[in-house]
Amino acid sequence: MFWHDPLDLHYLVDHMPVSATNSRLIYDALKACDIQIMSALPETWLVHLIRMADEDPDMTLVRLAKEEEGIGISAGAHLAGVNSALLMQNHGFLAAINPIVSLAFLYKIPLLMLISYRGHFGEKDPWQTQGGSMTEPILRAMNIHTWHLNNAGDIQRRIKDAQTLAQASLHPVAVLLHRELMWED
Amino acid sequence: MLRFDALQAIYPELENRIVVTIMGAVAAELYTIGHRPSFFYLEHAMGLASSMGLGIALSMPQHKVIVIDGDGSLLMNLGTLSTMARYKPGNLLHIVFDNESLLSVGGFPTATATGTDLAGIARASGVPSVMEADTLESLARSAHDALASNTLTTIVSKVEAIGPKTFHMDLPLLENRFQFKRALEAMKKQNEG
Repeated sequence: MFWHDPLDLHYLVDHMPVSATNSRLIYDALKACDIQIMSALPETWLVHLIRMADEDPDMTLVRLAKEEEGIGISAGAHLAGVNSALLMQNHGFLAAINPIVSLAFLYKIPLLMLISYRGHFGEKDPWQTQGGSMTEPILRAMNIHTWHLNNAGDIQRRIKDAQTLAQASLHPVAVLLHRELMWED
Repeated sequence: MLRFDALQAIYPELENRIVVTIMGAVAAELYTIGHRPSFFYLEHAMGLASSMGLGIALSMPQHKVIVIDGDGSLLMNLGTLSTMARYKPGNLLHIVFDNESLLSVGGFPTATATGTDLAGIARASGVPSVMEADTLESLARSAHDALASNTLTTIVSKVEAIGPKTFHMDLPLLENRFQFKRALEAMKKQNEG
């Protein structure tokens, strides 16, 4: 079956209309923040970012079974003095709410969460639409500072500023990756 | 086997190690036996002590990390076994005290009381070394061997569902958190120097 062949997996990834250029800018901005561990669950918009992390010998990519684990891994990394980032879909963020509250908030753990903003304007997949309408209200209710990334020119500065605030406040921050940035169809 | 006695049996192995425990009886009992700055008691977020241990183990590969988990917590995050097994950090030892109950919230039985086999799940998840240790001697020996082996190990120990008289610990959560981070920083520096 073709998806067992890594070459064909690359073919599959390369033929998804996800912006490789903007993914590279995001990845480079994370590297500039000295991110050394990235946790992730595969999601279409994140395919290039996950592949870049996987191919980078200086990056530890932790492929999760569920996003909640990522909050624990980032908490451990922070206490061990290593910067980390979390790649997740907004539904993954919704799945991780309890540990964000009962680990990251409770113990003052900074988190840099890069969240693909599915289910917003332009979404064709009906199953993504409920999470899209809930993401920002929940982030606001949780008092998590949120940067929107919809313009390539903002990537480097906003990711750097998000990481700076997370580290200074010892609190999670969210960077929402928008369709205009990630999807090219 | 009482968990308190089990903790005492492995306590010498915790010297100069990084330890992450779950909340409740395990935390209170280890604290009573003797707190060290490199011990972190995760007082909430059930299930994530092992994920934290994995994050630390990947960040500090030169240091041994011991996670002290429980059946109730592990059942809330079974995926952690597959994630640990995927990366197999040899500096991580995962000890699970299985008392077949959610003791701190009234003693209701967990699924291990009706046959769920955590050691079997760990093996099937791909954890390279899985041991069952139901006596003080076998637990102490298993922990010692696991730490010497540089192989990711899960040890499952059946213990009685008996907890401490009090869960009180004279250590505020944030004091524990900041003290722990400093202790890890010092261990890293010591290793470099």
